[in-house]
Amino acid sequence: MPLDEGFIGREYPPSSPYEVAREKIREFADAVKDDSPLYRDAESAKSAGYQDVIAPPTFAMRLAMTAQDVVVGDEQLGLDYSRVVHGHQAFRHHRPIRAGDVLVTVVHVDDIKARAGNDFLTVRAEIGTVEGEPVCTATSTLVARGTAEEGEQA
Amino acid sequence: MTPTLSQVSKGDQLPELSISVTRGDLVRYAGASGDFNPIHYSGAFAQEVGLPDVIAHGMLTMALATRLVTDWLGDPGRIIEHGVRFTRPVVVPDDENGARVELSGKVVSVDEEDGTAKLNLTAKCAGQGVLGGAYALVRLS
Repeated sequence: MPLDEGFIGREYPPSSPYEVAREKIREFADAVKDDSPLYRDAESAKSAGYQDVIAPPTFAMRLAMTAQDVVVGDEQLGLDYSRVVHGHQAFRHHRPIRAGDVLVTVVHVDDIKARAGNDFLTVRAEIGTVEGEPVCTATSTLVARGTAEEGEQA
Repeated sequence: MTPTLSQVSKGDQLPELSISVTRGDLVRYAGASGDFNPIHYSGAFAQEVGLPDVIAHGMLTMALATRLVTDWLGDPGRIIEHGVRFTRPVVVPDDENGARVELSGKVVSVDEEDGTAKLNLTAKCAGQGVLGGAYALVRLS
């Protein structure tokens, strides 16, 4: 069965606050094989005009994924996670994430459609500080393969 | 140093990157990102869900493509917007070489009023594209 398009426009409650630690940024930068000193050395980051070390741009996915898991796991929506692949990802950075930020994420369902037997779910995670400063907008399209077909599944 | 508006023209190529991704790298990325989907470490599980073998996290490939841009920019804070479609998985064999991801990019437009440039990015593995419509919008100095 296709997903219920009535979920389009739904907003989920904010995530619990996530405090960005220097060592988490360093671990992430190592994991994506990026040796920029701005991710590791506060002095380098300061000379580039930042208050502290900044995070690689895709670090925002850590926040977005935790928030979108709430949508993916929403039993009323009924997405079959075992069939889900990541179809598309985009980020708009309002400013870099930096060590010391305390971030909350609010996730919105932007679109649901069925095409060629697959369900497409587009969710937008608005990541900002607890003080309300916007930091990053992360938009993900998840594709559930074969779940929009009527009748028996192979 | 971040390239200045006057140094950048439509058609400019970014310096290419070639990065190997091993199973060990996937484990490290899983830990750092919090994405513990077993398709990224268990060959048996991957095959059960119809994949040829263990595949890299799409977000790791996107991170490598992002690094191509931020290396060129010098300052990762100058990336305004970027996006990719995940068109083909990066299959990572269980050996010391892993998979090799080849990244390239070029400037497709420069907006002199905004001081921005749009880049199109390409990521290939074993000669085949693994990202579609990959782009970045960046602020020049």
